Amino acid sequence: MTQLPIIEMRGITKSFPGVKALCGVSFAAYPGEVHALAGENGAGKSTLMKVLSGVYLPNDGAIVVAGKERHFKHPLDAIEAGISVIYQEFSLLPERTVAENIFLGREPTRCGIVDRRAMETEARRVVALFGEAQHIEPDALVADLDVASQQLVEIAKAVSLDAKVIVMDEPTAALNETECEALFALVEMLKKRGTAIVYITHRMREITKLADRVTVLKDGWTAASYDHVPTPDTIVHAMVGRDIGDYYAEPATAQEIGALVLSVRNAGNDQLKNISFDIKAGEIVGFAGLQGAGRVALARALFGAAPFTKGEVTLAGQSARFQSPREAIRAGVGLLPGDRKGEALVLMQSVSDNGMLTARALSNLAGHDKATRFASTTSMDALLRQVDVRAGNFSQEIKSLSGGNQQKTIVARWLSLDPKLLIFIEPTRGIDVNAKAGIYHLMRELARKGAAIMMVSSDLPEVLGTADRVLVMRLGELAGEFARGATEAQIMLAATGEKVGAA
Amino acid sequence: MSSFARYRAAWRLERYAPALLLGIALLIYIAMALGLGQTRFLTPEAAVSILNRSIALGMTAVGQTFAILVGSIDLSVAHLISASAVVSSAIMDGNPAMMLPAAFAALALGAVVGTLNGLLITKLEVNPLIATLGMSLVIQGCLASFYGSFKGSVPDEFQIFAYGNLLGLPISLLVLVMLTLLAWLVLRFTRFGSNVYSVGGNRDTARAAGIKTARIVIASHVICSLYAALAGLYLASRLKSGSPWIGAEGAYDLESIAVVVIGGTILSGGKGGIWGTVAGVIIFSLIDSIFNLAGVDAFAKQVMRGIIIVAAVAFYAVRSKRMAA
Amino acid sequence: MTQPASMRNIAPARRRLQQINPVYFVLAVLIVAIAVSNPSFVEPTGYMNFLKRAAPLAILAAGQIYVIVSGGFDLSVGSLITLTVVGSSMLLNNNADATWWVILVMYVIGALVGLINGLVVSYLRVPSLIATLGMMITLNGVAFMWSSGSPRGYLPETFRYFGRVNIQGVPLIQFLPVALIALVMVGATFYWLMHRTNFGRMLHAIGDNPRAAKMSGVPVERVRVLAFMVSAFSAVTAGILLGGFAGVSTDVGIGYELQAITATVIGGAQLLGGRGSVPASIAGALTLTAIFTLLNFVGLPKPTRDVVQGVILIAAVVLATYRRNRTGT
Repeated sequence: MTQLPIIEMRGITKSFPGVKALCGVSFAAYPGEVHALAGENGAGKSTLMKVLSGVYLPNDGAIVVAGKERHFKHPLDAIEAGISVIYQEFSLLPERTVAENIFLGREPTRCGIVDRRAMETEARRVVALFGEAQHIEPDALVADLDVASQQLVEIAKAVSLDAKVIVMDEPTAALNETECEALFALVEMLKKRGTAIVYITHRMREITKLADRVTVLKDGWTAASYDHVPTPDTIVHAMVGRDIGDYYAEPATAQEIGALVLSVRNAGNDQLKNISFDIKAGEIVGFAGLQGAGRVALARALFGAAPFTKGEVTLAGQSARFQSPREAIRAGVGLLPGDRKGEALVLMQSVSDNGMLTARALSNLAGHDKATRFASTTSMDALLRQVDVRAGNFSQEIKSLSGGNQQKTIVARWLSLDPKLLIFIEPTRGIDVNAKAGIYHLMRELARKGAAIMMVSSDLPEVLGTADRVLVMRLGELAGEFARGATEAQIMLAATGEKVGAA
Repeated sequence: MSSFARYRAAWRLERYAPALLLGIALLIYIAMALGLGQTRFLTPEAAVSILNRSIALGMTAVGQTFAILVGSIDLSVAHLISASAVVSSAIMDGNPAMMLPAAFAALALGAVVGTLNGLLITKLEVNPLIATLGMSLVIQGCLASFYGSFKGSVPDEFQIFAYGNLLGLPISLLVLVMLTLLAWLVLRFTRFGSNVYSVGGNRDTARAAGIKTARIVIASHVICSLYAALAGLYLASRLKSGSPWIGAEGAYDLESIAVVVIGGTILSGGKGGIWGTVAGVIIFSLIDSIFNLAGVDAFAKQVMRGIIIVAAVAFYAVRSKRMAA
Repeated sequence: MTQPASMRNIAPARRRLQQINPVYFVLAVLIVAIAVSNPSFVEPTGYMNFLKRAAPLAILAAGQIYVIVSGGFDLSVGSLITLTVVGSSMLLNNNADATWWVILVMYVIGALVGLINGLVVSYLRVPSLIATLGMMITLNGVAFMWSSGSPRGYLPETFRYFGRVNIQGVPLIQFLPVALIALVMVGATFYWLMHRTNFGRMLHAIGDNPRAAKMSGVPVERVRVLAFMVSAFSAVTAGILLGGFAGVSTDVGIGYELQAITATVIGGAQLLGGRGSVPASIAGALTLTAIFTLLNFVGLPKPTRDVVQGVILIAAVVLATYRRNRTGT
C-alpha cells in the first residue's frame, strides 16, 4: 500500500450550464488493484471518468499522472498517458469490423498503408486472452455481434492499448452469469499484469468479489472513501445517505387491487415469443431481466411503437393490438421511456409545453394551444405542482431542470390524460436519490387512484421494493413470476436460466 | 440492440444497390438502343463518349464523397469550379508558359476555400450546409466583382487536358480514373481514410478513441475543394476560356450530392464509398443518354432528372429506420 | 436547479432586454442608417416603397420558418415563385378577366407542390434537402416546358395590382401598398398559426425531437406535410406579388430560397428545428432587404450583395451559437 498511484485526481470540479456535476472529488488508482467507484445513477461517476479520459475539461482540480500534473485537452492526451475507458454506452462503430474498432484511430501502418494483417493478428491475440469460449472473428461487423460480444470488443480495445489504467463503466449490465465470470477472470488477469482497474458499479456482489478499495460518490461529492472493502451495508448507506426504510412506498393492499385492465395472450413479434400475462387496476407489476431480454420490446409492443404481430391483447375489455403510439395513447396507455432525452423530452421547449405535449397532440390542430380538450395551461400548472416539479417557473426551458423534475413533468403529461395503463421504463435512471423516493411514491399514488402500472427496470432492488408482483423475462419470453417478497437470487436465477453459485 | 437481424439484411441489400441501379440503367439503355435499331450506340466508342460527358461531375462527386462520408456536406463546389476556371484561364491568358502557375493558383484557391469551410464547421461550429452556402455566396460575389464575363483564354497546349487522346482514350477520362483510384486508395488503405469513416460514423466515438476529429473534417473539405478546383481546370480547358457561371450552370453542387447519395453513401456520413459514387456518375450519364436516344427535350429532361434524384434517394431512405427531416 | 451565479445577479431589466431578439435592434439601426444616408426615405413613399419591395421576401420567410422549425429546409420555393409567375402569364394570356381563377389555380398548384414535398419527406423518408432540391429542379423544368423556354411578355394590370399598386383615395389606408396589406394579413395569420395553436406547438416539438414527438402521440407526418404546404402557400403569394413588379421570366425566383433561409437565420431560427418565430423571420427579411438597400445607397455594385449575404448568413449562425452557449439555454 505504499506504492505511488498511477493516476490521481485532486479536487475535481465540473459544472454544466445550470448543473454542478462534480464538486471537489479526489480519486486515485494504484497498479495491480481494483478500485471500485460506487454511487447511485447521477452521482457523477460517469462525469468523473469523462474528465479522466479527456472528454470533459474540469473547471477546477488537477490530474496527476506518475507524479506529474497533466491537463487533458483531448481524449488522445489521456490515451497517450495510458488511460483507457470502456464506456457504458458503447463507443463502437457498428458499420466497421471488430479489428477496425479495436484499432480505431491508431491503425498500424506500413509505409502509410494500413496493415490489415497486423490488425487482424493482434485482434485475434487479444480476443484469445478471453479464453476458449469466445469466438469473435476480427473481420466480423460489430453490428452483427450480440451485446456481450460487443462488450468484449470494447475490453479488447482497452487491453490492446496496453493501458496502465482501465476504467470499466458498469461492464456487467448486459452480461449473463457465464459471461460475468469470464469478465471477472479477465479483471483478475489484468490485475496480475499490474494494470489499475477502475470498476464502476452499483452491484454490491461485484464490489465484494473484485475490489481492493472503494470510493462512493453521491450528488457529485465524495461521500466516502475506503482503503479496504467495507460491508455492503456501509457502502449502501454511503450511497443512499439515509435509511432504506421509507425509501419505497407501501405495497398495495388486497382491497386496492381492482378489475382486470390489461390482458395479453400468446402475443409475439420478431423479438417476443408467446407472451401471456395480466395487470389489474391498482397494481404495480415489475419486469426484471437482463439487458436485451425483451422487456423494453414488450413495453414498446404494448404501446404500439413496435407492434405485436400475433396474439391477443385487451385493455379494459377492448381489443388493444395498437399499431402506433397515437392509437395506444387514445385508448388510454401512457409510456415513460428509459431514454428520457431521446424519446420523451422536447428539450428546447418550456416545462409547461412538455407537460402539454400529448394533450395538444390529441386535440384539434387549429385549436387554441392554451386550452385543449384534455388540459389547459392552468390545469397543467396545477398538475405540475401536484407531482412536485420544482422549477423557477413553468415557462423556463425544461433543459435546465434536474432529471427527477424532468421525469415528474412527463408523469404530469400522462396524468392530464388520465390513462388506464402506465408503462414506466427505467423510471429512476439518472435521478438522484431523494427524487427517486418521490417517483416511487408517485407511482404508488397513481396505482391507488386506479391505474395499472407496468414497470421495467434493471435495478433489481428497485423492482423488488416497488412492485406488487415481478415478472421475469429471458430471451424474449416470460421466464418466471414472483409474488412480493422474492429474493434477488431467485430473480437472477430465472433471468439467466442458470444455476447461480455465490449470489 | 435486438433489431440487428433485420438491420443486417437491409444493409446487405444496400451494399449492392448502386450496382443494381447501374445494371437497371444499363439494361434500359441497351434495350432502347436495340429497340431503335441504333446499334452504333452500343460500341466501345459510344461507352467512352458517355463517360467522357461526365468528367467534371465525376471529379466533383469524388471530392464530395469525402465531405459527405465525414458527416459534412459541401454546397460551395459549383462556384468554386467557376472560380477555378476563371482564375486559371485569366492567369494563362493564352500563354503556355503560365500553365503551371495557373494550375497551381487554382489548386491553392481550392485549398484555401476547403480550409475555410472546414474551420467554419469545426471551430465556429457552423452547420455545414450554412457554412458552405455562405462560402458559396462569397465566392460568387467575389467572382462577379472581379470578372464580369468570360475571362482570359486557354493556350492550345492546355486544351490537351480536355481534347487530347492517349492510347486511344481521352486524357481527361484517364485523369478522372486516376483521381478516382487515388481517392479509393486513400479511403481504403490509409489511416486517414479509416478516420474519415470513423468521424462520419460517430464524431463523439471517434474523438473518445483519440482521433483529432477537427483535423479530419478540415482535411476532407480540403480534398473536396481540390477535386472541385481540378474540375474547374478541366472545364476551362474544354471551353477554352473561363466562364464565371460555368459551375452554377452545371448545378455541380446539387448534382454531385445527388450522385454521391445515389451511389449509396448516406447523407449523415460514415457509410458508403468511392465505387458507389462512380456508379452514381455513370447512372447519371446513362440517364442522359437514354433521354437523348428517346428524343426527350431538354426541359422535360430536367423534370425527369429532379424526379429521378428523389426516387433514387427514396429507394435507400424508405428502408432505413431513421427519421428524415 | 442551481443557476450559475452570474445569471442570478443580472438585474431583471437587463435580463428582459437580453431576451428580446437582437434582430429587432439590428433592423432599427439599419433603418436609421438608411434614413440618414437618404432623407427621402422618411417620407411615406420612401418607406412604403421599401416595405413593398421587402414584402415578397418577408412573406416567403414567414412560410419558410414553418419548415425550418419542423427541422427541415424548403429549397423549392424559388422555383415555385418562377412557376407561379410563368404559369400565370401563360394561363392569363393577356386576358385580364381571368385573374381570379388563375390565382386560384396557382394556389392549388402550390398546395399540391407542398403536399408532395411533405409526403416524400414524411413517408419516403427522403431528407428534405434532397426532396425539395429535386422539386426545385423539377419545377424549373416545368416552368421552362410550359413556356417553351421563352415566357411571353407581361402580366395584365389586374394581376400586377397586388405587387405594384399603392392604395389611393381611401382615407386611413391611403398610400398603403397592396403588397404591405398582404404581408400584414399573411404575417398575422402565420403568427397565429405558429404561436397560438396546437399545430404550432406540434411543429416545435417535431423539430426539437421527432422521436419524442412520435412517442407522445404527435401525428408527426401530418404536421410535417402541413408545414411544407404553408411554405408553398407563401411561395405562391410571393410569386403573385413579384409578378407585379418584376417582369415575366424564368429566373424571377432564382436565389429566393436562400434569401428566405438567410432571413429566418437572421431572425434567430434554430436550423434543424425546434426554435423560431414568425415575426422575427419577417424582421430578418426586412433586415436583409435593408442591408441591400443600404449597399445600394453606398454605391456598392450588385455582386457585393452576394458576398455580404454570405458573410451575414455565417455570422448570424455563429452569433446565435455563441449567444446560446453563453447563456446556457
